[in-house]
Amino acid sequence: MTDQTSNAGAVRPKPAAPAEKTGLFGLRGKDASLLVFVALLTLLAPFILNPFPTGSAMAQFNAGYPDLMQRFVIFGIFAIGFNILFGLTGYLSFGHAAFLGVGSYAGIWSMKLLTLNVIPSIVVSVIVAGLFSLIVGWISLRRSGIYFSILTLAFAMMSYALAYSVLTPITGGETGLQLQYFDPRILDGELAAGTTPRANLFGLEMGTSYELRFGSWLFTFNAGYYIAAACMLAAFYLAIRIFRSPFGMMLRAVKSNQQRLNYTGISPKPYTLAAFVISGMYAGLAGGLLVAMDTQVGAERMFWTASGEVVLMTILGGAGTLIGPVLGAGFIKYMENIVSTINKSTLEGWFAFMPDGLADFFVTIVYPFVGKGWHLTLGLLFMAVVIFLPGGLVQGGQKIATVLRRDRKGSGLEPGAAAKRKQAED
Amino acid sequence: MEAIILQILNGLDKGSAYALIALGLTLIFGTLGVVNFAHGALFMLGAFCAVTFSRLIQMSHTVVDETRTDFLGNPLQVDVPYIYDFFGQAAGDVLIDWAVPLSILMAIPVMILIGVIMERGLIRHFYKRPHADQILVTFGLAIVLQEVIKYFYGANPIPTPAPDAFLGSFDFGLMLGFDAGGIVYPYWRLIYFLFAAVIIAGVFAFLQFTTFGMVVRAGMADRETVTLLGIDIDKRFTIMFGIAAAVAGLAGVMYTPINSPNYHMGMDFLVLSFVVVVVGGMGSLPGAVLAGFLLGIIEAFASMAEVLAILPGINQIIIYLVAIVVLLTRPRGLMGRKGVMEE
Amino acid sequence: MTKSNFTRRGVMKTGAIAGAGLATPIIFTGASWAQESGYLNAPQGDTVTLGFNVPQSGPYADEGADQLRAYELAVEHLNGEGDGGMLSTFSSKVLDGTGILGKKVQYVTGDTQTKSDAARASARSMIEKDGAIMITGGSSSGVAVAVQALCQEAGVIFMAGLTHANDTTGKDKKANGFRHFFNSYMSGAALAPILAAQYGTDRKAYHLTADYNWGYTTEEAIRSSTEAQGWETVNTVLTPLTQTDFSSYIAPVLQSDADILVLNHYGGNMVNSLTNAVQFGLRDRMVNGKQFEIVVPLYSELMARGAGQNIAGILGSQNWDWKLENQLGDKYIGTNAFVQSFGTKYGFPPSQAAHTGYVQALLYADAVTRAGSFNPCAVVEALEGYEFDGLGNGPTLYRAEDHQCFKDVVVVRGKENPENEFDLVEIVEVTPVDQVTYAPDHPQFAGGSLGTCNPGA
Repeated sequence: MTDQTSNAGAVRPKPAAPAEKTGLFGLRGKDASLLVFVALLTLLAPFILNPFPTGSAMAQFNAGYPDLMQRFVIFGIFAIGFNILFGLTGYLSFGHAAFLGVGSYAGIWSMKLLTLNVIPSIVVSVIVAGLFSLIVGWISLRRSGIYFSILTLAFAMMSYALAYSVLTPITGGETGLQLQYFDPRILDGELAAGTTPRANLFGLEMGTSYELRFGSWLFTFNAGYYIAAACMLAAFYLAIRIFRSPFGMMLRAVKSNQQRLNYTGISPKPYTLAAFVISGMYAGLAGGLLVAMDTQVGAERMFWTASGEVVLMTILGGAGTLIGPVLGAGFIKYMENIVSTINKSTLEGWFAFMPDGLADFFVTIVYPFVGKGWHLTLGLLFMAVVIFLPGGLVQGGQKIATVLRRDRKGSGLEPGAAAKRKQAED
Repeated sequence: MEAIILQILNGLDKGSAYALIALGLTLIFGTLGVVNFAHGALFMLGAFCAVTFSRLIQMSHTVVDETRTDFLGNPLQVDVPYIYDFFGQAAGDVLIDWAVPLSILMAIPVMILIGVIMERGLIRHFYKRPHADQILVTFGLAIVLQEVIKYFYGANPIPTPAPDAFLGSFDFGLMLGFDAGGIVYPYWRLIYFLFAAVIIAGVFAFLQFTTFGMVVRAGMADRETVTLLGIDIDKRFTIMFGIAAAVAGLAGVMYTPINSPNYHMGMDFLVLSFVVVVVGGMGSLPGAVLAGFLLGIIEAFASMAEVLAILPGINQIIIYLVAIVVLLTRPRGLMGRKGVMEE
Repeated sequence: MTKSNFTRRGVMKTGAIAGAGLATPIIFTGASWAQESGYLNAPQGDTVTLGFNVPQSGPYADEGADQLRAYELAVEHLNGEGDGGMLSTFSSKVLDGTGILGKKVQYVTGDTQTKSDAARASARSMIEKDGAIMITGGSSSGVAVAVQALCQEAGVIFMAGLTHANDTTGKDKKANGFRHFFNSYMSGAALAPILAAQYGTDRKAYHLTADYNWGYTTEEAIRSSTEAQGWETVNTVLTPLTQTDFSSYIAPVLQSDADILVLNHYGGNMVNSLTNAVQFGLRDRMVNGKQFEIVVPLYSELMARGAGQNIAGILGSQNWDWKLENQLGDKYIGTNAFVQSFGTKYGFPPSQAAHTGYVQALLYADAVTRAGSFNPCAVVEALEGYEFDGLGNGPTLYRAEDHQCFKDVVVVRGKENPENEFDLVEIVEVTPVDQVTYAPDHPQFAGGSLGTCNPGA
């Protein structure tokens, strides 16, 4: 899982690289195994995320239901895309949620006007988000550093404010957009009055699931999830290729020293703009998938906190690493959807085995951190991760790996990773 | 004409809050090079100093009044503030009435203390870390602070009125040669503006005319050289962090009568204050103040019905639109220095 | 046959043997199979799970907390604990404190964050993971419309919480969704005659309106009904949702010749705009020889606390108030029973958000019991056109055409000298239901269709 992105700036981009011995889909050994690892993880997610038998007290922590699994991979895509911009070039966009939102609106309009099939809708989402990010990127990339961040933030906040208010005829404003059976879908036949339109892939509805019961365990295999997961794997694969390509090298060069690049007569702008648009298209893909899985859009999706969230996901997981953003996305979505649903009666259930006084004590202690207090836990974890794991969750994984193989390799990895990351960030 | 003068007043008033927060942000950024996402939370903490203070002086014991009943039909329990017992009802009422201005006395030491603890306990470890890490840790801190406040004070806004003496409005009409009642403006908002002006002037004077300020300015310009001269610049920067926290806190205290404080008021101001700082130019104190007032005034004008009739929705986006235009025409904001936060 | 072991989700089709497993296709994933019962999330074993989806973070967290208290109280009463609350006054007597159809009521909670995305995610987790058969709650129309559409798609019942925009039972109405709370149109219709009686018919109104759907519908409702009374609307200005300081919107009111300010704002916006308006001395102003007045179409008594003294003397409308039965008599029976059990448990009187939540939970339980089935389509049938009484609002009708409750609307005024923070408003008058009833195809509600009920299978 170690990721060697940050020191790559020092390595010459070898023209011979593609000719090297390549493995799976043209990936080198380590990357190929990472891809296989992620593929297995996503394929088996219904098992991995549902470790507790239903009905048990721990079932609260199960995350293997379609909605959350879909969100894991969709926000994973969003974060992977963000990382292509931020992790490689160091440009910190604070307005990426706008591309996700614009993609979502484009996707739902495609389903309203063209067809309920998700493929055209996702394609439209990606294209529209790409075009929008081209405009925003072209303007914002005239500045760098925090000036760039504020420009992107300004565009996103304008999109949000307009979508919520004056653009209500197009965006549905506060109440958002949903599918109706009377939408004029020109490619589909007319729906019977009163039926609920459902997004599908050539007739396979996104909500379709197969359930597998195994003793008292229940595993759900959802069509929508696997479609989203396939998109994520493709997105992940593409991200690896970008990270390892000469183009990726160029982006890292932008990050490590733009001036040197300028002196060599290369303008960094086309490269950063390309990275910006690619990451905008990733966001559009995520937005398109969101409406494909759950056919509605609201403007809050573009609020600055949503842009902030993807920044947090990426940094939390480990900026500049391949797997980090996906981990960060999963971490935050898990907190939001699982910890927030723990209420007092759930807690009382957990501690019921204790004597009364002790149970009350524990409920009182834990209660402020769960349910309506889930933000508090999230804030504390942000701080803990960034204080103790400067390289994000990925570094945590590396630390564990180092401990496990200390006898073989010595203590080489961890200070190295931190130092590399620091050097990369500066 | 009256309408325009009124909107200028509104703009100056809004701008005061922006300028105070942006000033503190810039102080922290300029001295320590830290992007402080918890600065909005400091503003919020200041406001809750006022809330806490007014709760403290209204601390009560309950007396059962048998003659009246509560909504369930039980005998009514009446709260009697301790302060009545100490000073009598009349003096007690005056103290309660003046709770907000008096809470400044509490807010200054508390906010400086919070600032110093924050800097020594947390921020100090992040000087050499990437800005992204600083953002993450201070954002985490902001969430924690606001959740703690929510836990103790709830999510609803809490009314904290100004003293009765300041409840009315001041009539500028005759003074400026208009009709009486043409331009009236609430006393407290005028006080807020004057207060902000005094604080801003004080910070500038402190940096400009004291030795301490001179050293800090030198440190901001060239930290290494100052350190080489044998000056413990870190200690001074810690104190500056405390002062910046106090500035944000006082802005919060005085803001409470204008809008009832709630736990997320800091987040509401956070993004705006960053826009203000950047429009002003990173690291420039005068820039932050100038941009604060400028954006306040522009925002006030954009919300006039006459303007909205021509450009519907302009009030929704004006701040961001101005920010974009300024940044595209002046690469480092209004008064920014080259090379600060551009990498 | 099913053999039921474990709780909610624990149904195993015979033959689901370890190792082999059995995969069954289903349309919308719920926590249990639809095929056996004909509908999604059919309660298994001896319990039934309801989903309480309320804002627990963000500006409406306190309102959500109050709703949650009421839901917990309703669950207690349904399960036969506590003093039974409104069960004893409710006109329908089928609920006997043994849960719903003999199944003990359990509940799960979630945080809507007052964002439609988060609310839908939370509702989906209740449906897919916890097997909730009904979702209720919420504190804004954006959330209500989003979750209502989700419940329609999934095939569970949605009993809306606090949602006031016309759209919820207008253009966005859904067969599986029901609203007990009143709406913008009703606020306008209820307020206008009383405004005319209190302030005269020759008035000039200036509207400040929150720049989103609810604001638009409220402004339209108030405008049309006050103009019908002879008022003139001099100006309407839209204010951004994220606005915190309204001074630049209030100041121009001083320059106009308006003598009424209507604040079509809710929650935090309302607290701030009202506070600012009072700061600018609007309450003491005389225009054209008339006292200047401020009107707040929708009162939120919880949020009004934040405005403190500033709400004194300001008229607005409410769905319900805890003093109704004491002040206006037996017609509003149920009010005291609810206030008594809520107050005993929590120590303060309930808000209208709590009341509507409690009533919705009871109405759902009652409908299931009368229908004899949890099947959403049976519940819809039982609720459509249902007339009931004894839940605090007087005689009420759940109209079949749009799933909106029709009942009296309370017009209230901020008290000059409130005795405590829960007693902020006084009841001015109650506008009878006839005056707030409208045709289902009224232009303010046009454009939608209920569709057909969806049982999720």
